Amino acid sequence: MRTAWRTLDPTVARNVVTIAAAALVVGLSFGAIAVASGLPAWAAITMSLLVFAGGSQFMAVGMLAAGNPFAAVLGGLLLNARHLPFGLAVADAVGRSRAERLVGSHLLIDESAAFAMAEESPAERRSVYWFTGGLLFLSWNTGTVLGVLLGSAAGDPATLGLDAAFPAGLLALILPSLRDPATRRAAIAGAALAVLATPFLPAGLPVLLALLGVVLALGVTS
Amino acid sequence: MTLLIVILVLAAGTYGFRYAGVTLRDRLTLPPAVQRLLPIAAVTLLAALAATAALTDAGGAAGIARPAGVLVGVVLAGRKAPFVVVVVAAAATAAGLRLLGVP
Repeated sequence: MRTAWRTLDPTVARNVVTIAAAALVVGLSFGAIAVASGLPAWAAITMSLLVFAGGSQFMAVGMLAAGNPFAAVLGGLLLNARHLPFGLAVADAVGRSRAERLVGSHLLIDESAAFAMAEESPAERRSVYWFTGGLLFLSWNTGTVLGVLLGSAAGDPATLGLDAAFPAGLLALILPSLRDPATRRAAIAGAALAVLATPFLPAGLPVLLALLGVVLALGVTS
Repeated sequence: MTLLIVILVLAAGTYGFRYAGVTLRDRLTLPPAVQRLLPIAAVTLLAALAATAALTDAGGAAGIARPAGVLVGVVLAGRKAPFVVVVVAAAATAAGLRLLGVP
């Protein structure tokens, strides 16, 4: 794993640091919101360490505050089901050994998948995957601890426009792949399906429904 | 106690999805057609994730500031602007619009 950093491009590393900085601020607000909605500090910190998936953590905090622990688990799991297809797509970047898979699986998030898939060579995919997953794990958890300590002084990440930063970053990362006509058709169909389905389906399902866009756009039936 | 169980079950399930994806890749002998589709499917998921995050909020519309910020970012990315510029411009646009009172 240590040798993997050798192939890390400095520009890519800087890009990852940008997203990690944004994740730190969002983690900060997660910690603050969790404590503000009545969660003990240990719970917010444990959740960030063990779940390490922002969207589902915000949802779980909301559902717990509303007194619905079942919805917190089910909603969170539905939101995180996308990690399975992401895992299939970036398994080569995680590595082959048992230790790499046990540790590397936990570092599988939207950002590590997106940054890894934006690379061509297997060596680069690997180093970028581990660098992104590792750095975001650090920044997300550091942010959470700071947020728990700062409480309401942490502020709202929407004031800084960070809710726009993440989709823009993801789209910038997949833009080169969209030059391929088949991928572009599938991505546009899938994204449209997901957005249209959002008002009608519980969170998490619309994104999974996008996979139907692949089938529709490419006409694969078998 | 309930709280700890919620966290542990959510964590175990999430890790399960991650580990299953990573390890199934080798165990499943996928037909070549499906193997070709995997990267396309992953990009499609990311596109759907970005589109729903950009345009929707809690099942409804996301307002104006956020989609506008994302649009500025995407246009810059299309013009080969550096990634850092894309992300900062998207955030700055959304933050600036909100400062002006745009939802």
